[in-house]
Amino acid sequence: MIESKTLPTRYVTRPGEIKTSSGKTLRTDEMIINMGPQHPSTHGVLRLEIVVDGEIIVDVIPHIGYLHRCFEKHAEHMSNYQQVIPYADRMDYVAAMNMEHGYAVAVERMLKLEVPERVEYIRVIMAELQRIASHLIAVGTFGIDAGAFTPFLYAFHDREHILDLFEMTCGARLLYNYIWVGGLSHDLPEQFVDKCKEFCVYFKPRIKQFNDLLTYNEIFVKRCANVGVLPKDVAINYACSGPMLRASGVNWDLRRDDPYSIYNRFEWEPQVGKGEMGTVGDTWDRHIVRMREMEQSVKIIEQALEGIPAGNVQAAIPKKIRPEVGEIYARTETPRGELGYYVMSDGSASPFRVKARSPAFVNLSVLPEISRGGMLADLVLIAGSVDIVLGEVDR
Amino acid sequence: MDALDNLGVWGSVLVALVWSALPVVFILLYALVTLYMEMKVAAHMQDRLAYMRTGWHGTLQPFADILKLLQKEDTISSAADKKLFILAPYVVFMGTYAAFSAIPFSSIYIGSNIDLGAFFVVAVSSLVVVGILMGGWASNNKWSIFGAMRSAAQMVSYEIPTALAILIAVMITGSLNLQEVTKFQEGGIHNWLIFGGPLPLTQKLLLIPFTLVTFLILFIASLAEVNRTPFDLPEAESELVQGFNTEYSGMRFAMFYLAEYANMFLVSGVAVALFLGGWSSPFGSFLSGPVWGLFWFIGKGMVLVFLQIWIRWTLPRLRVDQLMYTSWKVLTPFMFACIFGVGLILVL
Repeated sequence: MIESKTLPTRYVTRPGEIKTSSGKTLRTDEMIINMGPQHPSTHGVLRLEIVVDGEIIVDVIPHIGYLHRCFEKHAEHMSNYQQVIPYADRMDYVAAMNMEHGYAVAVERMLKLEVPERVEYIRVIMAELQRIASHLIAVGTFGIDAGAFTPFLYAFHDREHILDLFEMTCGARLLYNYIWVGGLSHDLPEQFVDKCKEFCVYFKPRIKQFNDLLTYNEIFVKRCANVGVLPKDVAINYACSGPMLRASGVNWDLRRDDPYSIYNRFEWEPQVGKGEMGTVGDTWDRHIVRMREMEQSVKIIEQALEGIPAGNVQAAIPKKIRPEVGEIYARTETPRGELGYYVMSDGSASPFRVKARSPAFVNLSVLPEISRGGMLADLVLIAGSVDIVLGEVDR
Repeated sequence: MDALDNLGVWGSVLVALVWSALPVVFILLYALVTLYMEMKVAAHMQDRLAYMRTGWHGTLQPFADILKLLQKEDTISSAADKKLFILAPYVVFMGTYAAFSAIPFSSIYIGSNIDLGAFFVVAVSSLVVVGILMGGWASNNKWSIFGAMRSAAQMVSYEIPTALAILIAVMITGSLNLQEVTKFQEGGIHNWLIFGGPLPLTQKLLLIPFTLVTFLILFIASLAEVNRTPFDLPEAESELVQGFNTEYSGMRFAMFYLAEYANMFLVSGVAVALFLGGWSSPFGSFLSGPVWGLFWFIGKGMVLVFLQIWIRWTLPRLRVDQLMYTSWKVLTPFMFACIFGVGLILVL
């Protein structure tokens, strides 16, 4: 069962030598196993090459690229800046609204364009609804990684309500092409505000129910606490962002610290890991940060629904956008962390270069660092707590 | 059994065949029901409906599932150890099935009324481990071998608290024969061993805490022995793909599945026979008799099976080291304390 292939030097730790009672040496060896790309808990097509010593993990090497779809090259070949948006959708397909939002913010900053009030409010509502939907998938699949199947379906049940709201607004349930440069594709339908308020009322007790079922479950806490601890400095050195970074105790949220859209008008708190069940920055902290962020998102949505003004949902912009020659880096906070778009313009109607800094890709790079020395079952949990979406990692 | 003497050689062979085929018939029917029950219970716990289209509320779905498994292509990977690979599911099922022979279904039906019944069940059901190891090893798949090793470690460790819990029942009733143990508890719910058995009142009251704890430990340990959540590490989907049966398909996979379901009832049956009065009616002589006995036994067994399903769809899974910790450092010491306590009470 043991690979005869010679190991690259960086794997080699200590091939344990065990002495038998008669003085002979038994050489034990490490085993290399492949987790993925078709493994049930790699959340897509990630391949992890794992070096294990029994159940203990010696090293993990993530292999990515199975879902590479040339986003950046596609973007350069669009004849219009607006045409990039459906591709941005397909990067992080569980948080498509946030992907569009980031791109729209970047191009609008290039154009120095002010979008109507109403657009900003609707964008914030959509982005936060999407954040809840995305976090629901994250915590639900995290439950599956821990062996609990039921919470996953509870999460999906709630996510369904959000998708219904999206469907009502723009007709799509997964990839919306809703937030456009300079505005939105559709205005909100009439019943949206009431339906969305209903959802907020419905959803708050559901968070508590989910916490009772999974988050504070004794077994779950035992599994997650003190596992995959990501210390503050390591998190910063690896440029982690989003719930990954906040769970390690760094109070950093782009919605507050580098404000875009109208987030500075609402009252809400970025959530940080406090190490309630174990160490700051363990997998449980990452889980609870997502749970609490959902509560905060509901808070933002409720405020936005109250203040939503009437008006147009499309700024007056030409059909073919031609930004001045120049470049811009705009970043937004997606459910997975800092999404940056570096857009370069040569003055023509198609972007010269669009580079996406995807949060999950950066967060994934810390995986080997925090899973060494853990057990195989821990690795599954750690990978789950990073909350990767392979569409976004590979782009 | 005296009637058998007049049947001649072939007659008695025939009777023996029929007699031993009864558990198989039961296992098959029970597996159909439990398959359906598991899916429905799971679905209703998860805000779903599960099967609704095959027959009334999907009642025909288990048959459809079995038909599908029967006609599925049966693949054996080229690097597998063919002989062991083919044999493994049958060894697993055999271990479970053999153990059924000592289970008293009713006052007139027990496969083999041996005096070492409880011991026999513990011993024979350990064969399952051999089968799982065979399957995991023969698959020549790293995930399978992981599952098999975990399974072996887990089942061997949890057999100890199970055996110790069975010992408590043996200490109180003075018999390893499951039929005798059941008869000891006849006469109503208050005579069940979980409530101290039909002993003098003071002794009974003193025994109740111990027997309750023992039953709980027996139930927990039996969950581990049948690889159900929260102890489903050998087939932990999110970690080991499917564990020891990753490479199996078609009917061989179905055999593993059948064995797992049969095992669920087996451990429940043992728990029922030892602590919940077996086939005896909870209302004394009311609704008792051989046929009602069958009803009570299967009914009580199914309640425990339902509990197992309930737990499976509620709890997450333990980690390997936590699993071992639970067995060796929690359940086993508690069982020793119980044995000491029960022994003391019985001597006084």
